[in-house]
Parts: sequence; structure tokens; C-alpha cells
Amino acid sequence: MSGIPHDHYEPKTRGEKWLHGRLPIVGLLYDTIMIPTPKNLNWMWIWGIVLMFCLVLQIVTGIVLVMHYTPHADMAFASVEHIMRNVNGGYMLRYLHQNGAMLFFAAVYIHIFRGLYYGSYKSPREVTWIIGMLIYLLMMATAFMGYVLPWGQMSFWGATVITGLFGAIPGIGEALQTWLLGGPAVGNPTLNRFFSLHYLLPFVILGLTILHVWAFHTTGNNNPTGVDVRKTSKEEAEKDTLPFWPYFVIKDLFALAIVLLVFWMIVGFMPNYLGHPDNYIEANPLVTPSHIVPEWYFLPFYAILRAFTADVWVVIAAEWISFGIIDAKFFGVLAMFGAILVMALVPWLDTSSVRSGRYRPMFKWYFWLLIVDFFVLMWAGAMPAEGIYTTISLIATAYWFGYFLVILPLLGVLEKPTAPPATIEEDFKTSVKKSSGKGIAPEQIPAE
Amino acid sequence: MIRKLALSALAALSLAATPALAAGELGDITDYSFSFEGPFGSYDQAQIQRGLQVYTEVCAACHGLQYVPFRTLTSETGPALSPEAMRAYAANFEVEDPESGEFRPAGGPDHFPESGMETAPDLSLMAKARIGFSGPYGLGINQFLRGIGGPEYIASFLSGFDGREEMQAGTMFYYNTAYDGWVSMNPVLFEDGVEYADGTPATVEQQAQDVAAFLMWAAEPKLTERKKWGFIGVIFLVLLASLLYLTNKRLWAPVKKQAKQG
Repeated sequence: MSGIPHDHYEPKTRGEKWLHGRLPIVGLLYDTIMIPTPKNLNWMWIWGIVLMFCLVLQIVTGIVLVMHYTPHADMAFASVEHIMRNVNGGYMLRYLHQNGAMLFFAAVYIHIFRGLYYGSYKSPREVTWIIGMLIYLLMMATAFMGYVLPWGQMSFWGATVITGLFGAIPGIGEALQTWLLGGPAVGNPTLNRFFSLHYLLPFVILGLTILHVWAFHTTGNNNPTGVDVRKTSKEEAEKDTLPFWPYFVIKDLFALAIVLLVFWMIVGFMPNYLGHPDNYIEANPLVTPSHIVPEWYFLPFYAILRAFTADVWVVIAAEWISFGIIDAKFFGVLAMFGAILVMALVPWLDTSSVRSGRYRPMFKWYFWLLIVDFFVLMWAGAMPAEGIYTTISLIATAYWFGYFLVILPLLGVLEKPTAPPATIEEDFKTSVKKSSGKGIAPEQIPAE
Repeated sequence: MIRKLALSALAALSLAATPALAAGELGDITDYSFSFEGPFGSYDQAQIQRGLQVYTEVCAACHGLQYVPFRTLTSETGPALSPEAMRAYAANFEVEDPESGEFRPAGGPDHFPESGMETAPDLSLMAKARIGFSGPYGLGINQFLRGIGGPEYIASFLSGFDGREEMQAGTMFYYNTAYDGWVSMNPVLFEDGVEYADGTPATVEQQAQDVAAFLMWAAEPKLTERKKWGFIGVIFLVLLASLLYLTNKRLWAPVKKQAKQG
């Protein structure tokens, strides 16, 4: 794999040869775990392992939680309390699962922004990027449906608002919404189908994750310089890379332990800090909460959804051009999905010939502004949709789209990039020397 | 010029933001100090027992605790009643037998009854369903520093009736400073309204804090156990991270040495 010349698995014993001739699974695992990995990867390359851990954690805790949960509108809330009070260790399982979803999203956002900064989406890794975006979409669907299962007030009203988005589609919307909900409003059929899908989708994510890993094992990892590993000979390739095991496995596990330390403190000492108190009130179709707020990881896109009110000129223009088919509500839905779509299309929107943002002086500024923009959107999404907040959301939304649709295509033409190092080996040597010269312990090196 | 613009924009922003945040959200919440706060805090057994007494003598008339089984009153980290005391306590409540459908005195495995009054919410999870602190500006810093504040909200609410009453459409409403508005629940706590067995003076604030602590236990009975696991996990992960750090350092040392020389 990976097109980088390296040693392959050779079956030695008779037993190994016997199996290898029939099913070369050991060879496949060997090549996967021994993939030549650029020496100069920094600490932003650890989030893949964290994400892998999250997926396993969610599946394992989820399977046990299902053993005690009752997917019925009249019993779901009580069964969650049963888990919290009566099941051995149930409170830990549930808090791990609930906060685990948040760790999953925190890690995926850092992972995505790392890819955006270092140009990991660029040729030849477009397929890895697209699969990653599909995983992210499925994660959002899974998390949303999972949030409905405890059948609290936010579960119920969140489900009402989000399925209402599909109702905004002109023509088929209403029928589609009814079909999704299994009735005219959120109720027991909705809970049952969300439960079923919440159990199914993680395994689809698992399958896509294997494809994601396979794809970047075919192209090889990107690295902070964006410079390719030399592939002319095994000797040269070995100067640029180290095998994934043990060098990066141990490094990633160390980083994972630190991330889990923070995660465990949240679970142990403040498990409800990031949740919404209204979800400890059982769902009541007759009482609408004063603010319906999604979980924090949806807030940036929720802000984009709500930014387009009927008095925004683009909305008025769209409504006029489409003879009223695209109203403000539908425009918001299109914008929300569009915000993710432009991110998925970034391999073809970025015109720069240089891969890594490290060597793009203008790009850097716009990138960090995008990070700020993301947090502004997250904050605006939690605020009531009125007054100054819709204006802030609108400006931040405009930057989000502007970054992908205008800035990235233009930068490739306008910007004069600096010269990346010739080889990964050179970059690695420079960074080792630089940090040891500064008196920093050499083990911190791949950290930058 | 730009600086002036930025300053005025900031001023405009904060002016515009304030009324929206002040509208409706939180009233006057006192940041009471509870024994179960912080990573090492746990329930004060005497306080939980006093709170149970206030709940029983005052709140239980209207409010239920439908998710709390009587047997959990024996919990070591909660009220820690003896099994006999717990059974004697439970027998004061009537429950419908799920098999025979007849009413009988409750036992250990039964739950507290549901709310007796339709408009009175169940209190099992009230301490986790309310917030005492938020913001500033939706940033979550206050919650982080002072806790989410459910028990503080409950205690402030119960001692937050300022005496104003108003008849609206045939119903009496009472002004509450914690809710910052009119509520249909009347003031229920009075000086020496209950008589504590341990001799604690039963002021309104004392009763309010005690019952708030009890309701926090009712909402989160495994708080102490959870923090214990949190602490064990932290120790374990610090150890694991240190070992992995040293392993990683050792593993990479020859690679870095070579890079430095080359």
C-alpha cells in the first residue's frame, strides 16, 4: 500500500504460508499498521486515533445502554432514569456516551480544520476528504437522532425543529416530513425509527472509516510541509518516513491519554455542563421551551440556518427569481446544507499549487479568520434569533461562504507562496535542530 | 479613527446585547455554598436528612418524586436511613399495587408517588432541570466557575417570595425574585415551619438550602460514586500518560539524535 517503497509481510512458518495462500489477512494488517509515515507529523495528526477511539467508545457504551433502554414515548424518559439510578455503573455509561458524542465532535472539528490548514484535501487525497465529509454528515445525523432518545423537552422540540427543515422543501416538503416522522408530528413512531437508525448508522460510519483509512493508505499521509515522500527508492523513502508502528502508535496513544484525561474530568466532575437542563424535563408536546437550542456542536450550522430572515436582500432576490418557491425558511435550509457542501468541494475550490498553509502567507490570515468565524457562528447559534444576533450570524455566514467560494479560488492566483523545504527529511532535521537549540527537550519535536 | 469606530461598535454591541439577555432568563439567584460542590464535594448526610424532612412535611403535599425509589433512602452517600427507618418512612405513603391495582402502604422497592396536584411539577430531576447561573453573553463562564446552579435556583426560589400578591383571572399569583416574575405557587416556607430533630434553627433560608440539597441528591443520587470514579480515572490516566510520554521519548531519541547529526 501507499505507493511508498517499503518491506512487505513475508509469511515464514508453514502455518503462516498456509493461511497467506488462502486469505492474506495478516499481510493486510501488517501493511496497514507498518505504513511508512512522514517523520515530521506534528500533534495535529493525532486526532484520527482519538476519533477511532470515540467511535469504539460510542458503539460499546451504546450497545450496553440499549440493553436497559425502552424505545417508547411513554417509557423512554423513565428508562433513562432507570439507567441512571438502578443499572450498575449506568450513570457512568450514560454520561460517557453523552459526553463521548461531544468529544467525538470536538475531535472531528479539529481534524477537519487541520485538513483545511495543511491542504490535506488536495490531490491526490480528494477521495479521502469526500469520504471524511460523508462520515461527518452521518455523525451529525446519528448524534441528532441519539439526542432524541432520552425523550426530554429538548429532544422533542429539537426533533420538531430539525424535521421541520425538511418540511420547508417546496412541494414535497410536507409529505417528506410526515414520512420522516411516521405521523403528523413527533411521536412514538418517530422515536422508534430514530432509535433504529441511531443503532444502524454508527456501523455505516465504521465501514466508511475503513474506506477513509484505506484511501489515505493508498496515497500516503499528508504532512505539515505538504511535500510528498520520495518514492524513487526504498532508501530515500526511509529517510522521509518511519513505520506507523511503533513510532506513531505510541505517540498517538500518549496524546490520546492526555485527551482522555480532560474528557474523564468532564465526565467525572461536570457531566452536565455542556448539556441543556431542559432535557431533564420529560417531553411535553403542549409546552414549548422558551429557547430551542441544539447541542453546541450543531450551533455554527444552526446559526447559518437562522441567519437568512425574510428581510435579507439575497433572500428577497431568491424569492423573486424563483417566483416565490424559495422562501426565507427554505433558503436557510439550503444555506445550512450548502455550508457543508462548499466544505466538501474544497479540493476543487482551492486553486493554489502549494499544499500546506505553512507556506502561504496570505492564506494563513484568512484561515485563522475562518476559525474565529466558526466560533462566532457557534456563539450566535446559541443566542436568540433577534436583533443584533441575526446580523452577526449573517456577517459570519457571509464569511464562511466567502472563504470557500471567493477567497480560496482567488488566493491561488493572487498569492505568492514561500518555498517549502525540498524534502520531509530536511524539514524534520531543521525542526529537531531548532527546538534542541532553543533548549526544548527533543521529544517535543514533532509537536512544532 | 479605526479605534474609535471599533470602540463605538463594541459599545453598541454590548448595549444591544444586554436587554436581550436580561429578558426573561434569570432573576436574583444567591450563590449558596453546598457541600457537594467541586470535584471532591459530597452530600452532607445531616443536611440531606433535614431536606427530606422539609420535603415530607411541606413539598410532598403537592409535588411528587416519581423516579426515586424509597429503598435508595438507605444510600450511604445520601440520606443513609437505616433499613427499618426507611421502611417505616415508606409506609407513610400509599401506592397503587401494580399487580392487584389496590392501594397499600409503600415499601422499599416502591417509588415516591407522582405529584398530587396537576400543576405541580415532579421534583425528581428539578435540581438538574434548572440553572442558577449563565453567561456572560452566552459564553458559559459563570456556569463553569460557579456550577450550573440548579440547587441554588431552588433555594433562591423558595426564599424569594417578596410578599407581593396579585389576583389575575381568578387565580392568586405571588411575586418571586428568583423567577423574576409572578408564579402561581404560594410561599410555603416559614420561620420554624418545621422542627429539626438535630436542633438546627429552622430559618426560611436554612430550610430552602436543606431541601435544595435533598433535591440535588434526588436528581443525582450517584454523585459521590461518580466523583470517586472520576478521581480514580484521573490518577490512572496521569500515570498512563506519564509512562507513554517516557516510552515515546525513548522511542524517538535515536531518530532525533540521527537527525541532529546528519
